[in-house]
Amino acid sequence: MIKHKMRAAGPVLVAGTGERCLSALNSRQFLTEDGAVSAQREILVKEASLYIHWPYCLKRCSYCNFNKYIPKGDNNHIVSQCLQQEVATLLQLSQVSRVTSVFLGGGTPSLAHPSTVSDILEAVSRQSLQNDDLSRLGRDHSAHHALQTVEEARRLRPGKVSVDVMFGRPGQSLASWEAELSELLQLCDDHVSLYQLTPERGTLLFKQIRGGEVTLPGDHVMAEMYESARRTLQRHGFEQYEVSNFARNSEVSHHNMSYWKGRQYIGVGPGAHGRFVPLGLGGAHREARTQTLEPDVWIREVRRHGHGTRRRIQLGHLALLEEVLVMGLRMTEGITHKHWQLFSPQLGLRDIFGSSADVQEFFHRGQLTLDDGGLHCSRDGLALLDSMLPTLLLELERQQTVESAKS
Amino acid sequence: MHSPLKSVNSISQNPLRVLRQQDVSAREVLVRGCFRTVIMIASVVQRWCGTPLPRCILLFKIYRKKTPNYCMSYSMLRRCWMNKLPVLSNNFKMQLLNLTTQIDKQEVIDLSKFPVERIRNFCIIAHIDHGKSTLADRLLEMTGAIAKTDKNKQVLDKLQVERERGITVKAQTASLFYTHRGQQHLLNLIDTPGHVDFSYEVSRSIAACQGVLLIVDANQGIQAQTVANFYLAFEAQLTIIPVINKIDLKNADPERVESQIEKVFDIPREDSLRISAKIGTNVEKVLQAVVERIPPPAAIVHDPFKALVFDSNFDHYRGVVANVAVFAGHVKKGDKIVSAHLGKAYEVSELGLLRPEEHPTQKLFAGQVGYLVAGMKDVKEAQIGDTLYLQDQPVEALPGFKPAKAMVFAGMYPVDQSEYPGLRSAIERLTLNDSSVTVQRDSSLALGAGWRLGFLGLLHMEVFNQRLEQEYNASVIITAPTVPYKAVLSSAKVIKEHGREEITVVNPAQFPDRSVVSKYLEPMVVGTILAPDTYTGKIMTLCLNRRGIQNNMVYVDDHRVMMKYLFPLNEIVVDFYDLLKSLSSGYASFDYENAGYQAADLIKMDILLNGRPVEELTIIVHRARAYSTGKAVCERLKDSIPRQMFEIAVQAAIGSQIIARETIKAYRKNVLAKCYGGDITRKMKLLKKQAEGKKKMRRIGNVEVPKDVFINVLKRKNK
Repeated sequence: MIKHKMRAAGPVLVAGTGERCLSALNSRQFLTEDGAVSAQREILVKEASLYIHWPYCLKRCSYCNFNKYIPKGDNNHIVSQCLQQEVATLLQLSQVSRVTSVFLGGGTPSLAHPSTVSDILEAVSRQSLQNDDLSRLGRDHSAHHALQTVEEARRLRPGKVSVDVMFGRPGQSLASWEAELSELLQLCDDHVSLYQLTPERGTLLFKQIRGGEVTLPGDHVMAEMYESARRTLQRHGFEQYEVSNFARNSEVSHHNMSYWKGRQYIGVGPGAHGRFVPLGLGGAHREARTQTLEPDVWIREVRRHGHGTRRRIQLGHLALLEEVLVMGLRMTEGITHKHWQLFSPQLGLRDIFGSSADVQEFFHRGQLTLDDGGLHCSRDGLALLDSMLPTLLLELERQQTVESAKS
Repeated sequence: MHSPLKSVNSISQNPLRVLRQQDVSAREVLVRGCFRTVIMIASVVQRWCGTPLPRCILLFKIYRKKTPNYCMSYSMLRRCWMNKLPVLSNNFKMQLLNLTTQIDKQEVIDLSKFPVERIRNFCIIAHIDHGKSTLADRLLEMTGAIAKTDKNKQVLDKLQVERERGITVKAQTASLFYTHRGQQHLLNLIDTPGHVDFSYEVSRSIAACQGVLLIVDANQGIQAQTVANFYLAFEAQLTIIPVINKIDLKNADPERVESQIEKVFDIPREDSLRISAKIGTNVEKVLQAVVERIPPPAAIVHDPFKALVFDSNFDHYRGVVANVAVFAGHVKKGDKIVSAHLGKAYEVSELGLLRPEEHPTQKLFAGQVGYLVAGMKDVKEAQIGDTLYLQDQPVEALPGFKPAKAMVFAGMYPVDQSEYPGLRSAIERLTLNDSSVTVQRDSSLALGAGWRLGFLGLLHMEVFNQRLEQEYNASVIITAPTVPYKAVLSSAKVIKEHGREEITVVNPAQFPDRSVVSKYLEPMVVGTILAPDTYTGKIMTLCLNRRGIQNNMVYVDDHRVMMKYLFPLNEIVVDFYDLLKSLSSGYASFDYENAGYQAADLIKMDILLNGRPVEELTIIVHRARAYSTGKAVCERLKDSIPRQMFEIAVQAAIGSQIIARETIKAYRKNVLAKCYGGDITRKMKLLKKQAEGKKKMRRIGNVEVPKDVFINVLKRKNK
């Protein structure tokens, strides 16, 4: 049973968290409000987190739609070299002076030779790593091994190990899920990511469900499982800080927080995504960047051009605000007025959402709150966020259009 | 394209090369004389029984068919057929000289050389797929109108929809030259749509004809449309020549079909021709029968010009091209003609025969059928059924036609509102050539601006839609069809408002309240169903469920039954035919004709979402069917309205009384589980799409209903 559970639990995250990047912000609090905002705005383009994608797995998991490949031969060394090269090139392009965190994902990043990690980190630190935050993602395929890994990781980095758990698997009942979660929590460290199994197009699971071979629990049961897990985690001292993430003793994942807070990130490796201002190219706007998907092609491009960026889309002001809104509301703290002002100096949250009748309905139903703390979902509202977002996006677009017509 | 100029030149140098060879025989003169007599003294039936066959057949025109007693009058006639026919057919066999002279297309035809006696106007009527168009192809080939190749398939069916569905929608005309007993005849084949939906087209064609070929499949036998078409011809008192087609098929049973024809139509079996249009067997006999049995038109050459407009087409370069049957006198290029309907004068710029392509000639004479271009710019100027005459020789107008009455209404909307202007012009162009479609502007809160179109029947509606899609590349949403109800008003005030006591209601929103109405009326039809008797039980159950009342039931042969039911039209417009087909494994055929209005207990049913009525879903329904209809609509809505953040009650209500309810449960969880760096782009794209979709949603109170839902609920289900 445990084998099943742990496999479904999927990637075991071994995360390290650090505080220094926060202290860096705190140190500027003596400045005036406006000064603080403009200083932070400056920091926004000076800082970035780094995501490194290891594209290989030993096998395909039926539910996974990540960009991964089963390696044909051993080219770890080449990939490793190219990752280093791409890191160097993109850091140069972004002119980032401070990398706040590094996240190694995949694929199965633990398949990479340990030297790969140190090689990459060396490349980063040469340019901008300030040794703030370092994450390593591992993945295993045997439950026993997984448990061992968690234990070993906890021994190495106590309080810094995260475990991913997944619910809503085929055949799972509410009762069996509750029992399973309680058992798992015995082993967990201070961070848990809780994911509802989502059948993604293109996966085996998706096909199986469509073909009727496999049935997932109904929507109602899924909602119950989520609710029940939230309660259980809370009982065990885990505080929810995002739709799917829970932390004890404030051990939140800073790397992931940077996505939800709309900060810059640089994606390195096949299919990796990034969001940063390419200052090195003389750019002034943030770009959404995607690296070439297929490892062999990516390798070729990195060798030829130093990087394998396949697509660059400039994010306009509205598009940037939309991302800040969508990502920010995923956090329980929501979007503070200060945070919003960082991206939208002209239009405050109250200007945008204060008068809309449709948004008022969310307030009335107690799903969303706009107060001095900013805009944030209630506990029930968080589970329904995606039903509210289209309305909020429309309102944002409307107000933004009015605003830009004025100027 | 023919060059009119070239024709003009060649006429003077090349006069009458073909036609000169033939003389008008003494016999023709005799027939001609008799013909006139027949027209004048139509009642002397008995005397004609002794005359040779062509005149005997004329008698067919004489008795009047009225539904209740037609059998009686017909059997009297039939006896005289029976007496004469065998002898005569033998005579014919001996006399057959049977020379088909083919006229080269390039040659100029002098129509003045065709006296009325040597003209036959006929059409072919049949159930779908019984081989009407194939026979037309053969007739065209044999008379040299088209070259004989394997490629001649449904030559007269020019529209894509006609070829795909194997049906004829738009009547076409082809003039054929056929030599019979040394005499060249002009045979005008007016192709007609097979379906009674197009009976408007059929009756227009029939008005220009004196006889019909009634085609019946030798394997399938009489089908519902065969019956319906027979009555149309029968009522018009045309000579009917039964033709049993497809005798080459393995399962062909022409004898059985002959006896069906005898039993159902009371036409002696000896009169039926057995042919295979596909391989050409006995097709020559069809042409002979056309000449021998069908009377020439009642036209008078020496009277002033008078012609019936029986069809019209619109040509972007020349304007209206009118198809005319000349009843008297002649018309030529340059003549000033007048439309009796509008009183407007035009100059004839082009005229000629249809073979089936346009073949310009100098003149058209009495008894002939052809086309005419006279600078009419709007198809409304060539009103079908209108009479044309010479400006300086006014005549009394022909009776004309009853305008086609739309019996099935449906909303039509562009899939995207930006396509509205394109769709509008497509509908305008299509209705130019199909004046039987009524068009009324309409708008729906859910579907935007559109039209409410009236059609003659369901097939008509489908064909119209298909033509829009195929010929004009327009994609449209068609709502489920409704029928025109009537209400007899009782309140003096309301009567005054409407200006009359009885009003027709097409849009449920305008359905008057019971308090101001003395009674409601619904349109009725007589449905004819033919099916193997093994399905009788199931069919009767279906009909009963649809409020059908059986009028009669006849075995047409040992195991095929013909049933006639009186139905409310509303009960058969949506899915009746589909159900009938599926419960009879496809063996049942169905057709219907309108049968006036009957009083009915009609009510207006509202559909509510969280207590608010949805205007576009209001339905007029018979009280007996209210619950099942309401429940069905609620279920469909439940399945297609996406769940929202709150519970939605879907209800069907009559006044304040709720008769059906479904509940759409609220979402309890709707949030993406994983959203990190790589997921953002995809998530944003999806959300933006949803936000865009929201703009197009219809709000009923706080419930957001996507357009698709209305389409799903309102749309006619695909077959």
